[in-house]
Amino acid sequence: MTDIILSVKNLKKYFEPHQSFAQSIAGGGQKKLIKAIDGISFDIRRGEIFGLIGESGSGKTTTGKLVMKLLEPTSGQIFFNGEDVTHLGKEKLKEYRRKVQMIFQDPYASMNPRFKIKDVLEEPLIIHKVRATIEERTKMIVKALEEVKLTPPDEFMGRWPHMLSGGQRQRVATARTLILNPMMLVADEPVSMIDLSTRAEILHMMRDVQKELGLSYLYITHDLSTARYFTDRIAVMYLGRIVEIGRADDIIDNPLHPYTQALIEAVPEPVTGKIDIIKELPIYGEIPSPANIPKGCRFHTRCPYAADACKDEPEPELTLDGEEHYHACRRAYEVQAERKKKQAV
Amino acid sequence: MHMNSLLKVENLQMHYFTSKGAVRAIDDISFELRRGETIGLVGESGCGKTSLGTSILRMPTPPGRYVSGKILVDGVDVIPLPEKEVRRNIRWQKISMVFQGAMNCLTPVYTIGRQMMETLNEHSDLPRSDAEDLIREYLGYVGLPPEIVQRYPHELSGGMKQRAVIATALFLKPEIVILDEPTTALDVIVQAQIINLLKKLKKQFSLSFIFITHDLALEAEISDRLCVMYAGKIVEMGSNAQIYGAQGPKHPYTERLLGATPRLFKKVEQLQFIPGTPPDLIAPPKGCRFSPRCDKAFDRCFQEEPPLIEIEPGHRSSCWLHQRG
Repeated sequence: MTDIILSVKNLKKYFEPHQSFAQSIAGGGQKKLIKAIDGISFDIRRGEIFGLIGESGSGKTTTGKLVMKLLEPTSGQIFFNGEDVTHLGKEKLKEYRRKVQMIFQDPYASMNPRFKIKDVLEEPLIIHKVRATIEERTKMIVKALEEVKLTPPDEFMGRWPHMLSGGQRQRVATARTLILNPMMLVADEPVSMIDLSTRAEILHMMRDVQKELGLSYLYITHDLSTARYFTDRIAVMYLGRIVEIGRADDIIDNPLHPYTQALIEAVPEPVTGKIDIIKELPIYGEIPSPANIPKGCRFHTRCPYAADACKDEPEPELTLDGEEHYHACRRAYEVQAERKKKQAV
Repeated sequence: MHMNSLLKVENLQMHYFTSKGAVRAIDDISFELRRGETIGLVGESGCGKTSLGTSILRMPTPPGRYVSGKILVDGVDVIPLPEKEVRRNIRWQKISMVFQGAMNCLTPVYTIGRQMMETLNEHSDLPRSDAEDLIREYLGYVGLPPEIVQRYPHELSGGMKQRAVIATALFLKPEIVILDEPTTALDVIVQAQIINLLKKLKKQFSLSFIFITHDLALEAEISDRLCVMYAGKIVEMGSNAQIYGAQGPKHPYTERLLGATPRLFKKVEQLQFIPGTPPDLIAPPKGCRFSPRCDKAFDRCFQEEPPLIEIEPGHRSSCWLHQRG
């Protein structure tokens, strides 16, 4: 057994935009592909919480869907537990989905309102034809509810989703994934719709479950602050590529890519003395369309440190700089020096 | 009344009259907005912060109705005014609002220009060409090119739509703008850009803001003073320095909420959270409304409701702990 549970190799996902008949004639069949994922590679280790960070349009959710096998990649490979799972038949796919489960963003939409909690939790057992007596199934449901600290389980089993708070629903959603004894969970913004006061409670619960059961997580979020707290390693995505990858603390305390630096600068901190300050952001404008990715380094149109080489020369690949810390910026050293100079002023 | 008082809310009660009973969404709230100031309204979802915003605009969402209290704009109570007068003189002229999710409520079949024109026609008699000029002028103020008027909402990014919505809230020259979660659906970089824009516009047009959000970290960036709301009440009021400064907030709820706010540069082993959920506002708990979730609660908290107690000038908190000695 390797210590890598999920390995993604040069994964790409291109979408063809919808075109009217007239457009397809006028365009001579030349469609502009939307390059949602444009060649990404990463490994998730066994028992690790791996964070995928990015703005909307960065491709983080598409990556999650590819890993869940909800989308077929255009090219590239996905290995799970040492096995190539890029293309799977129906039976194999079902088996894979049992091992890799998903927690969705919206706890209000991810549950059938006509199902009691007991039914919500029993459904995966039925779908995956887990042969068991009613007593055994009930036992499994009770165990799953206990794991997510919804106690007493008997009481929760009889409730309807509308009787639960957002946090409790996200616990049920987690219990629903745990009931099949998965090896990995993909969680796409699991706490972004939950009130701040209980967000931490859900993250604690998810981490406890992860430690207890030795699970691996792919945690997809736009929120750097929770990612720092919750994850072991972080990959920062920009426009379909990973621009920086490393240990969570290294990424936040010592960001090497200018995009990561801009993301960090933009995060508000609850400290006083900032009302009259217009924050200087080391980034220009907004994220370009993935149908129109800039040539050269794809970040150069927004980068305050960009030089001619960034525009003209081919896109930089991820390079190792420090322990387990990779970045895709050819001017990383100059950027660091300029940044330090600015911070000193 | 403070010399520069622009808006004063006095003992306001606004309840939603549902079939199950009256939901006490705003239950005896008083505060004052001064000229050129930004007041932050912060709290969990369901605490009444949006209800307070729409109430100030004299448009509580049905089945909501004013029960008691006053909303004084330039010393005149707007609650008893006829709707016609509110439309002519108050709403959008004096007080405008950027609604939560407004950028996603733009009609997909009309251009941005047409939607902005609609608002303008509703509230003013400007001739068409002047109105078009005005729209272009205000698009410029929010950092959008004039061609945007011909664009449809789906052609714009979230940040651009939000800028257009902000321009629409400004072009009738209000003095007060209520901003309800204006950056919640936006990415962190766009959020920072919009906050910068709001700060710039506030100076340029001498505006006063009421800034509503659930995010305490964001309030620190923009609000001069803060009202922390819990279950239809203001539980703590203080300046930016009093809440975020070295001494920190005084009400246990604010303390816990700040503790639950993840900090990027502060590595913590355990993030705090507040166990339990906010109370049912049809039958709120006896005594302090936060007492069932409060780890510092003692006998008195479960019996009597605490008033806002002044701790130092400008800093008030409704907690019996302050009188316990």
